Amino acid sequence: MEIDPFIFRLSIFILSIFIGYYVVWSVTPSLHTPLMSVTNAISSVIIVGAIIAALAGSSKNIFSTSSIFGFIAIILAAINIFGGFLVTQRMLQMYKKKKDKKK
Amino acid sequence: MISANILAIFYLVSGILFILALRGLSSPDTSRQGNFFGIVGMIIAIVVTFLSIGNVSTSLVYVIIFLVIGGAIGAFIAFKIPMTAMPELVAGFHSLVGLAAVFVAIAAFLNPEAFNLGIVGNIKLASLIEMSIGAAVGAITFSGSIIAFLKLRGIMSGAPITFSGQHIINLILGLSIFVLIFYLCKTQSTNIFWTVVMVSFLVGVLLIIPIGGADMPVVISMLNSYSGWAAAGIGFTLENTALIITGALVGSSGAILSYIMCKAMNRSFVSVILGGFGADNSSDDKKERKDQKPVKNGNAEDAAFLMKNASSVIIVPGYGMAVAQAQHALREMVDKLKKNDIKVTYAIHPVAGRMPGHMNVLLAEANVPYDEVFELEDINNDFANSDVAFVIGANDVTNPVAKTDPKSPIFGMPVLDVEKCKSVLFVKRSLSPGYAGIDNELFYKDNTLMLFADAKKMTEDIVKNLD
Repeated sequence: MEIDPFIFRLSIFILSIFIGYYVVWSVTPSLHTPLMSVTNAISSVIIVGAIIAALAGSSKNIFSTSSIFGFIAIILAAINIFGGFLVTQRMLQMYKKKKDKKK
Repeated sequence: MISANILAIFYLVSGILFILALRGLSSPDTSRQGNFFGIVGMIIAIVVTFLSIGNVSTSLVYVIIFLVIGGAIGAFIAFKIPMTAMPELVAGFHSLVGLAAVFVAIAAFLNPEAFNLGIVGNIKLASLIEMSIGAAVGAITFSGSIIAFLKLRGIMSGAPITFSGQHIINLILGLSIFVLIFYLCKTQSTNIFWTVVMVSFLVGVLLIIPIGGADMPVVISMLNSYSGWAAAGIGFTLENTALIITGALVGSSGAILSYIMCKAMNRSFVSVILGGFGADNSSDDKKERKDQKPVKNGNAEDAAFLMKNASSVIIVPGYGMAVAQAQHALREMVDKLKKNDIKVTYAIHPVAGRMPGHMNVLLAEANVPYDEVFELEDINNDFANSDVAFVIGANDVTNPVAKTDPKSPIFGMPVLDVEKCKSVLFVKRSLSPGYAGIDNELFYKDNTLMLFADAKKMTEDIVKNLD
């Protein structure tokens, strides 16, 4: 008997939920806002689906209905990727430790 | 062109890099490195996707153009956005993830050959279920986030919008999505697919409009979670490991944050979803109390005097501080106090902003070192040993009623034990109640001095008086 590949994907999914659970609990509360912006950025990896959809049009018909949806999704995801990572970077840059400069 | 197996391994690598990105956030020291891992993971995922497509056609040029357009818009927003507006920004970004998920699902439905999912009219059953779930959750995320964005931005009133039969309608619509997906699988009808998407948009709107402004931290976290599940749904459709891993990470991350926020407000998740919190103000009771109880009224000079003679001061900032843009003035005040060898720390309640961790970012922006900022459970015992608590822009999170009055709507909510300080300075514009719509007992305590003014102006005046 062969195992359906879906079961493998489901296993990855469930295990990742567990990883997420433990990793996120270890995130310090002071970084919860950057956590949200970075999760936003990484979930935009959905762009890979958008790229496949956009490139699916034939060379004669680059903008078929389905590839147009792909192209729009690329813009949306790209806004998120750049915006998400950069705003996270900007926030993290601000977190500084106390400088013990005793005068 | 690289083989499907190699491709899958690269997607796994980027999935792992995303895990490391979140892991880095366990401390501010490692967080920047974590963000870097995230960026590398994303670059790998995008590059290998390009490489996996064999015949490079002219459409590749367009893909890159669109990528650059989106990237430029994103970068522009990221640099321009003020830190006070982070909640709106995150809500807006969630809506984009949701919509992107919907569009990818639509593209996959219209052109399943491109994704190896079968042919139009005969899409593999499992893929059809996965893509319709991905589209439905994505659509709910999109429209829900738009409503959250409008509420946070103040374009739409933060007050809960409720009508009779609301929950029944939501339930019927929610169930109808499942029924529609069932028929979609039977008929493969394009119209049913569009109906699923449309009904889901409607559900997203109806789900968020009854939720009031005070519950926004929960809503944003919840939508964060939804955007993850939507991505995972699409990940299953595309058989893409990176997307499945990321979706699961983001989904559980948002769920945990929602849980933390609910706990910090002592609200059950279900009651937040059902909404209507802060809608009914039984205001008669409040007015009476205001007339009866006297408050002690102070000015900047009194406040400066009290703080100068203290040996330890705890600052309790809230969202009001951010609204008044008082964080920089506050930091100036703290610098002066520190020069006089007064110990100053900051106490942050988990819901002290409009989203999880918002207040920490605002303080970090004002150059407050993160090791002077403490979470509720770490600092709550220190109030009893401190001389002055300086409450600026916070309200409900300091209300002792949460500990004493079982009838109060906020009873059981963890609060900062501000009243245990020798003296409390409370900066506020008026005696009006906070978001929860209840009166704060702290105003009438003997050791509380009310400073009625705009937070920024008051802080600046105190700074002048400290000289």
